[in-house]
Amino acid sequence: MSQETLLLFSTIILFLPLFGFVVQSFFGRRLPRQGDWFETSLLFLGLILSLVVLYSKLSLYPEKTLEFSFRWVDFKSVPGIGPLQIDLGIMLDNLAATMLVVVTVVSAFVHLFSIGYMAGDIRYSRYFGFLGLFSFSMLGIVLTNNFFTMYVSWELVGLSSYLLIGHWYEKKSAADAGKKAFIVNRIGDIGFFTGIMILFAMYHTFNFEKVFGAIGAGNIPFGSEKWLTAAGLLVFVGAVGKSAQFPLHVWLPDAMEGPTPVSALIHAATMVAAGVYLVARTYAMMTADALLVIAYIGVITAIIGGTIAITQTDIKRALAYSTISQLGYMMLGLGVGAYSAGMFHLMTHAWFKAGLFLGSGSVIHAMHHALHHAGDHDTDPQDIRNMGGLRKRMPITFWTFLIFTLAISGVPFTSGFLSKDEILAGTLAFGSLSGHYLLPILAYLVAGLTAFYMFRLVILTFLGEHVDPHRLENVHESGKVMTIPLLVLAILSVFIFYSFNPFGASSGWYFHYVERPASAVPLAQQAASLETFEEALHQVHLPALLLSLLVAGLGILIAFTTYYWKKINADAVAERLAPVYRFLQRKWYFDELYHAAVVRLTIGVSRVLRWFDDRVIDGLVNGAAFLTKISSFTSGRFDNVVIDGMVNLVAYITGFFGLVLRKVQTGKVQTYIVFVILGVMVFFFIFRSM
Amino acid sequence: MPLQVGLTHYLFISAILFALGIFGVATRRNAIMVLMGIELILNSANINFIAFSRYGALNLDGQVIAIFVIILAASEAVIALAIVLNIYKMMNTVNIDEVDKLKE
Repeated sequence: MSQETLLLFSTIILFLPLFGFVVQSFFGRRLPRQGDWFETSLLFLGLILSLVVLYSKLSLYPEKTLEFSFRWVDFKSVPGIGPLQIDLGIMLDNLAATMLVVVTVVSAFVHLFSIGYMAGDIRYSRYFGFLGLFSFSMLGIVLTNNFFTMYVSWELVGLSSYLLIGHWYEKKSAADAGKKAFIVNRIGDIGFFTGIMILFAMYHTFNFEKVFGAIGAGNIPFGSEKWLTAAGLLVFVGAVGKSAQFPLHVWLPDAMEGPTPVSALIHAATMVAAGVYLVARTYAMMTADALLVIAYIGVITAIIGGTIAITQTDIKRALAYSTISQLGYMMLGLGVGAYSAGMFHLMTHAWFKAGLFLGSGSVIHAMHHALHHAGDHDTDPQDIRNMGGLRKRMPITFWTFLIFTLAISGVPFTSGFLSKDEILAGTLAFGSLSGHYLLPILAYLVAGLTAFYMFRLVILTFLGEHVDPHRLENVHESGKVMTIPLLVLAILSVFIFYSFNPFGASSGWYFHYVERPASAVPLAQQAASLETFEEALHQVHLPALLLSLLVAGLGILIAFTTYYWKKINADAVAERLAPVYRFLQRKWYFDELYHAAVVRLTIGVSRVLRWFDDRVIDGLVNGAAFLTKISSFTSGRFDNVVIDGMVNLVAYITGFFGLVLRKVQTGKVQTYIVFVILGVMVFFFIFRSM
Repeated sequence: MPLQVGLTHYLFISAILFALGIFGVATRRNAIMVLMGIELILNSANINFIAFSRYGALNLDGQVIAIFVIILAASEAVIALAIVLNIYKMMNTVNIDEVDKLKE
């Protein structure tokens, strides 16, 4: 298959969902079944094509980056720059090819799942249309070869995320969550935009390769490495917003107000991973300082997400915090230099987290029906305290959920173990190289926490006894359209797809094909080279492996003793550690903090501005109005009296003369003749005397 | 000294004729009488021309102009009398004070 065909296929994959979106928007409601089959089959077609693309790319051009550009605009001359051309296009390297599969697989199966989950929804066709729009935008991020279309797609995923979170906008909390997600993302986008502007101001191009090439040639922004670090960090700020990293992670849990399949697709597997992907794309321009910041932000995010997830009782919210925590892991991986491990975790996480969300969707769906059947509208179908014992009624959901949980907890023979172990080993290697030992310590702590809270979810949801045995009878396994995606994703969470060695992925195909790109930044600002890093990695490999097994086992053990065998009374522990518990349950008081610091500040500033408007601006306007009134009154008087008086006087004088002179005008010709003669005589005498 | 008829006498007669003509034009109510006044004025002018032709430096030019004036007066009288006749037909009067339709 030629390179052109591959690029053509990628372009087709990119535009298939957009075509679906357009069709859904205009004809969705008129199509049979509101067009769900149409959009879904487009995505499956895209899935098949992207598998073909991935296979061909890896087998035929493993070392090459395929690129296609076209000239978008051509300014003959721009002041201060000279001629300026902007090229847009797509780029297909191994990373993009794998991401293509990740996005289309999750998107296609989420479409399939939605057919069951969203059945009977009032905005059914619109929902599928927006899913298509999202898939298009996400594929745009994956395939773009320049910052420009990256930013456009970036905003488009934000928009579709907003639209889908607010799908049930009649619910105030959903509408608010949509707004919150959009606004918080916007804060990150400002950083991203500024970063792009710095690069564009310097290099007059948006193209990734050209920018990195220029940096590699020693042409760094404004001649200072600090500017390069700043540009990298500003781009990273965009990733912080989109990937829900500390301190902009607050929107993601609220985004769970959207339909559960949306949470699986956008807020677990793909869109939130876009930030990680962005950092990976721009990896070549990241300086060591920037990478260190990224690593610390990642680990802080991981620990915040992990600790909060322990106390959450809403199944989706707990999963949302777990997502935040895992996204932190990916950033941490990239930050410490374990590039392949971070991106690998992105992929494996996409499968099992999408699976977890779809599984929770299946549970919520079943709970909802059971509660509906019982006429109970007060019990929350998402609260794990109202569940338990669902294993017997929903076996497929339970077993797949268990596999995903094992994967995320990092239990061997799962994909999650492979990726997580590599990241943890990477942090340990980085710690040994640079002395930043806080990173691995926190990372391992989070690994233990992850195992603990995930098994807490499983035990409380599926094991034990149901709270209300009568209700349990009405809980049914979900239909095929919902269980098939779960099964597929569960199969993809097994180690065999990534590496034949269940205890190490570094020999697997992913690590072979997706390698850390060469850094373009000046040597003094480069992170440890790939060789040094790999050597350190090799040395810490076994302890890292054992340690990660240990913490995962410990976490699972504590979860079982607490929630299954009930040897430890969770409530008593919470009672004893009340301040800590409250701190975690209130999500580290981030919402309160932002409310106090940002929302209240904004409102305060608005109040001041309003006062200023009311008093000063309005005062000025009113004063001006008053002056105008006075002056117009005066000039009105002047007009009335003086001007009109003068005009009237003239008219009066004219009238007076008219009155006098009309007597002369008799209309008798003979009188006139007399006057003429008299006049001639007068002239005669006048001129005679001269 | 026998009375020598000279320019002054002619001019004097002409002036009297002119004054009578003006008087007639200005005072008569009858349109015919007004026309006759005009004729008197024209003739006084003729006398002047002839007199200057005889005594002054006008030579034969004065006589030629006088003949012109006579022709003019004749044609003027024709037109004017036609107008008067029409006025009389329309309004049953030749009193110029009563012919004041434009005034209304």
